[in-house]
Amino acid sequence: MSTATHTQSPPDGGRQEPVSLTASSPRYGEKAVVGWLFLCAAFSVLVTAGIVVSLLTPTIEFFNRVAPGNFFSAEAWAPFNSSNPGYGVLRLVVGTLNVTLWALLIAIPAGLGAAIYLSEYASRRARKVLKPILEVLEGVPTVAYGVFALTFVTPLLREFWPTFLPGKLGEPPGVFSAASAGIVMGVMIIPTVASISQDAMSAVPSGLRQAAYGLGSTRMQVATKVVVPAALSGIVAGFILGISRAIGETMIVLLAAGAAANLSLWPNDSVLTMTTFIARTSTGDIGHGTTTYYTIFAVGALLFAMTFIMNMISIALVRRFRETYE
Amino acid sequence: MTRTATASARRTTELNLEDGARRGKWKGEVFRALLILCLVIAFVTLLAVIVQAAVKGWSRLDWNLITQMPSTLDRETSGMKSAIFGTIYLMGGLVLTVVPIGVSAAIFMEEFADQSKWWVRFIDLNIQNLAAVPSIVFGILGLALIVRGPLSLGTVAYAGSLTLAMLVLPTIILASREAIRSVPVTLRNGSLGLGATKWQTIWHHVLPSAVPGMVTGTILALSRAIGETAPLLLVGATVFVTYTPDGFFDGAYTALPVQIYQWASRPQEEFRILASAGVIVLLAVLLAMNSVAIWIRNKFTRDL
Repeated sequence: MSTATHTQSPPDGGRQEPVSLTASSPRYGEKAVVGWLFLCAAFSVLVTAGIVVSLLTPTIEFFNRVAPGNFFSAEAWAPFNSSNPGYGVLRLVVGTLNVTLWALLIAIPAGLGAAIYLSEYASRRARKVLKPILEVLEGVPTVAYGVFALTFVTPLLREFWPTFLPGKLGEPPGVFSAASAGIVMGVMIIPTVASISQDAMSAVPSGLRQAAYGLGSTRMQVATKVVVPAALSGIVAGFILGISRAIGETMIVLLAAGAAANLSLWPNDSVLTMTTFIARTSTGDIGHGTTTYYTIFAVGALLFAMTFIMNMISIALVRRFRETYE
Repeated sequence: MTRTATASARRTTELNLEDGARRGKWKGEVFRALLILCLVIAFVTLLAVIVQAAVKGWSRLDWNLITQMPSTLDRETSGMKSAIFGTIYLMGGLVLTVVPIGVSAAIFMEEFADQSKWWVRFIDLNIQNLAAVPSIVFGILGLALIVRGPLSLGTVAYAGSLTLAMLVLPTIILASREAIRSVPVTLRNGSLGLGATKWQTIWHHVLPSAVPGMVTGTILALSRAIGETAPLLLVGATVFVTYTPDGFFDGAYTALPVQIYQWASRPQEEFRILASAGVIVLLAVLLAMNSVAIWIRNKFTRDL
């Protein structure tokens, strides 16, 4: 079948090498082109290296000035206070987790449900309509979500907050709250969770489903007891990527969560997240070379490290389900 | 006696089966309804974002919004002309930078890279990871390497373009690889069989067939870049610019989403209305871009 007059086999194509024909001329131009193509592919590694370098050098400088013990503590967060500064980054981490928690409370069940529906229930035609809408949802700019949270969800929450709840939970939130940011962020993440989970479920071989139906299972049993467990690694990958996106999301928290570095997991409190701190501080007037300036990079490095680990876990899990069922 | 026994046994079994089926059906219907509810939550929110912005920003959806510069004094006629021009500059610089690099990288990974080599897998893993790095981290990168550090471009439009280029590069590479992969192997074999070199095959046959897919992916990546705000805040899309940029390498600039953020974070109601009007403009641009991308995809998928 293959008459490739070429020493190298074309990708996934040529299976046999009839005669090895070396090129009649050295073809330097072609080699130069391949070199350029390789450089472009390697450029992405360069970007990652750039990220690591641009974060690491100022972070080392930061830790020369601030003891790591002071940084990884929950004490006062006041990098702007020149007389008595505080760098307890745990307050920012807890603030980030607060918003992430509410976001996941919405995104995980809704994303998984949407994925099960698209994969197991929807007809081919319905899927053809629903998936692009989900893609559009994924493309809505986060600043639009932020404006929505600030001008629509927050007033709604303040109006209809369940004040009958006891203690702290019964107090209506202020202009900025973790709940408002978290809810909107949750909706933002639904498509991420849904599309990765659905890919994993579609990769489950239909033989498994047919076997379950043959044993008299209902559609719901097939979905929940066969398909979901079989696709679990991919579904978890979707969840983890969702968490990673929630931790790294900036515009929604910047507009709706406020800037009070509260050590709180209450939904009605205002919190300062890591991304909010970076965005707010770097747009203000801070001198190049001050400790506050280096704080941006230290927090950024922590953020990058957290999301990097999660992305790697997610990629590894996605690989696993691909390898099992292909 | 035995007949009665078998009959009653059969009847009980049938009843049990029927009952089970009915119970299963009832539960199944509730389950299906819950699943649909999950999708509805997502879609209703999308609708709510659009409707709410349209209702709130309706009074300011006029020509002034597009033809006037932003102003803190004349809130009634303030517009976002500088932001629109800033976005056009940003996108121009972005396309010129990222498309050649992204497409070249995709060609290398699909046509030349040996997937069994560890460094090819490393590059692959790296691209995947880069696609999920928080956008604000790219802002820090831009601030440290492009605006200050080694490149020292300063807070100009092209610095923003470069930052966004690194942000969307993985998306472009992944989409272009997908497009190249979907070109049938027979096309390659035909060309190679006629004696063309590998590069001639790619240049004359693979790439032209893959272009529609690449264009689709590029438009989708650009529509993501248009909405990005956080990294631009760090690389100096300055908050209040009342003039259009002087060029790619000269003068301050702002961008649509930055302008929207700026308006939304002010407490006065007029600015919130302006922000909502800006959101509508941004969403309209995005919807137009997405439609073009889907149109291209549908037009060209049949031909191959």
